[in-house]
Amino acid sequence: MKNRVKALKNKANSIRKLIIKMLAEAKSGHPGGSLSSTEIITCLYFDVLRHDPKNPTWQERDRFHLSKGHCCPAVYAALALSGYFSTKELMNLRKFGSLLQGHPDSRTPGIEVASGSLGQGLSVSLGMALAAKMDKKDWRVYCLMGDGENQEGNIWEAAMACAHFKLDNLCAVIDYNCFQIDGRTEEIMNLEPLANKWESFGWHVIQCDGHNIEELLLAFEEARATRLKPAVIIAHTVKGKGVSFMEHVADFHGRAPTEKEQAVALRELEEVEREEGKLD
Amino acid sequence: MSQAQYTRDAYGNALVELGGRDASIVVLDADLSGSTRTSFFRDKFPGRFVNFGVAEQNMMASAAGLASCGKIVFASTFAMFATARALDQVRNSICYNNLNVKIVATHGGITVGEDGASHQALEDVNFFRAIPNMKIIVPCDGPETRSAVIAAYETPGPFYIRLGRAKAETIKNKSEFILGKGYILGKGKDVAIIACGITVGEAIGARVLLEKEGISATVANFHTIKPIDQDLVVDIARNHKKIVVCEEHQITGGLFSAVSEVLVRKYPVRVEPVGIEDRFGQSGKPQELLDFYGLTSRSIAEKAKKLVRQQS
Repeated sequence: MKNRVKALKNKANSIRKLIIKMLAEAKSGHPGGSLSSTEIITCLYFDVLRHDPKNPTWQERDRFHLSKGHCCPAVYAALALSGYFSTKELMNLRKFGSLLQGHPDSRTPGIEVASGSLGQGLSVSLGMALAAKMDKKDWRVYCLMGDGENQEGNIWEAAMACAHFKLDNLCAVIDYNCFQIDGRTEEIMNLEPLANKWESFGWHVIQCDGHNIEELLLAFEEARATRLKPAVIIAHTVKGKGVSFMEHVADFHGRAPTEKEQAVALRELEEVEREEGKLD
Repeated sequence: MSQAQYTRDAYGNALVELGGRDASIVVLDADLSGSTRTSFFRDKFPGRFVNFGVAEQNMMASAAGLASCGKIVFASTFAMFATARALDQVRNSICYNNLNVKIVATHGGITVGEDGASHQALEDVNFFRAIPNMKIIVPCDGPETRSAVIAAYETPGPFYIRLGRAKAETIKNKSEFILGKGYILGKGKDVAIIACGITVGEAIGARVLLEKEGISATVANFHTIKPIDQDLVVDIARNHKKIVVCEEHQITGGLFSAVSEVLVRKYPVRVEPVGIEDRFGQSGKPQELLDFYGLTSRSIAEKAKKLVRQQS
C-alpha cells in the first residue's frame, strides 16, 4: 500500500506540472478545477480503471467520463502519462487542428464522449452503465462532476434515474472545491446539504479528502463494493491545489498562468517532489 | 377507397420488426410510451426498453451514453420535448459525437389539436436542422414512416423523424423511399408544389383543384428535409419557375427554408410558403386548425393560383 500510494503521489505531481505547462503554453484554460481534481484523476487512471492505453476501444474497459469537461487538462495529462499519446502532444492543447480540444472531444484517444456543456455527463454515464447491465458485462463506469455543476437540473434527473435503475456499476465523483467561476458556491448558489441531497436521491454517499490518495483509494473500493445502488464520492478538495497563489482563488477557475506564474508554480511543485523524495 | 393510419402505429410496428432482427436496438421513452407506440417494443422486448419518466434531457444524454457503447438507440417522446427541451443534450451529447441515436418524435405540428399551443411543435425541424450530423425525415404516411425508420436504422449517426398525432391518409403511387431523395408524385408545368408530412396529401388535393381551373401543377414529396435533395430542387425550379413549399411547421427553418436556401444559391425563382407564419397554435380539432392556419388543399391551391397569375 505504501509504495502504491507513493507512486500515485508522484504521478499526481507530474500531472500538476504538466497542467501548468500546457495551460501556460495554451495561454487559456482552467487550472483551478484541473488542480483540484488531480488526485482523483490520478487514482482513476493509475489504479482504479481497467483500461488499455494501447487499445483505447477495448470492449471490456471501464468507462470514464469527465462531466466537468473544462478540467480536461488533468485528464489529457493522465492519458499522455498512461501512453494514449505522447506527452509532447500536450503542448498543442487548444491550438488549431489539435488532437486536444479546449473541452473533451471524442477524436482524442481515451476520450469516450465529448463533454463541456455542464450537467449532461452523469446522464451519459448512466447510458453507459445501462449498456453494461443489458449486456451483463462487468466493466464499470466512472463519472467526474464539478460542484458548481450540481446546480444543473439535468444532474438531478440523472441522479434520480441512476438510483431507480439500481446502477451499482456506476460511481460518480464530485470535485467539491467550493468555487465556481463567479465565486464561492455557497454565495452563488448554495449546494448544502450536498451529501443529504444525494442520499435522499437513493445514492450511497462516501465522503473523503480528495487530495488524500489513501482515502480516495478506500472510497473507490467502497464504491465498488456497493450493491443495488449507485455510489457517489464527495471529494473535498481545494481549488487550484498545489500552487500557493492559485489555491482558493476563483480567478484561476478559467485563467491560465502567465509565464512568470508558470515559473513560480513549477518551482513550488518541484519543491513538493523533492520533499516526497523523488527528483526527475 | 382511401386508407388512413396512425404513423406512430407504423413506427411502433417497425420497432418490433427491427427489434427482432437486431439485439443491439434499445428503445427509450419519457413517460409517453402509449402515445408514441414504443409500448409495442416494450411489450415484446422489455429488457431493451427503458422508461426515463418525465425527464427528456436525461433521456437524450443517456441515449448518447448507450450509443457510445454500441447500442442503436431509438428515443421517443413528443416533438415539443424531444427538440426544444433537450436541445443542448441532442447537440452536444448526441450530434457532436455523431452517435447512433434515432430520435423519433410524435405529436409534431398543429394537428396535435385540442392540447393547444404548448404541445404543438411548430419549430422542431428548425431546432434540429442547424445541428451538424443530424438528418431529418418528415414522413407523409404509415408506409413511408416504416421506410424512414428502417433507413435511420441502417444509416449510422443521429436522425430526427417527425411524426404527427392524427391518422394520415396513405398516399398512393409513392416512389421507393430513398434517404435524401425527393420524388415527383404528379407532373405538371405551370407551378410546382413541394411538400412533406401531412401536407403531401393536401398538395395532391390542391393539384386536383388547380386542374379544374386549368392550372397544371407538379407535386413533389420531400420526406428528407436534411440533407435536402438539391438536384431535385434545382430540377423543379428549372422546369417551373414558380414553386409553393408546404409544411406543418413555422415557415422559418423548415422545408421552405431548406428549399429556399438551395434556390437562392443555385437557381433563383419565385417561391411561396404554405406554413405557420410566425405565430403560436391553439386548441381545436385538427381540421379546424388546418383550415384556420391555411394548411389545406384549398389554401395551397389559392397560393399556387396567385403565384401563377402574377407576372414574373
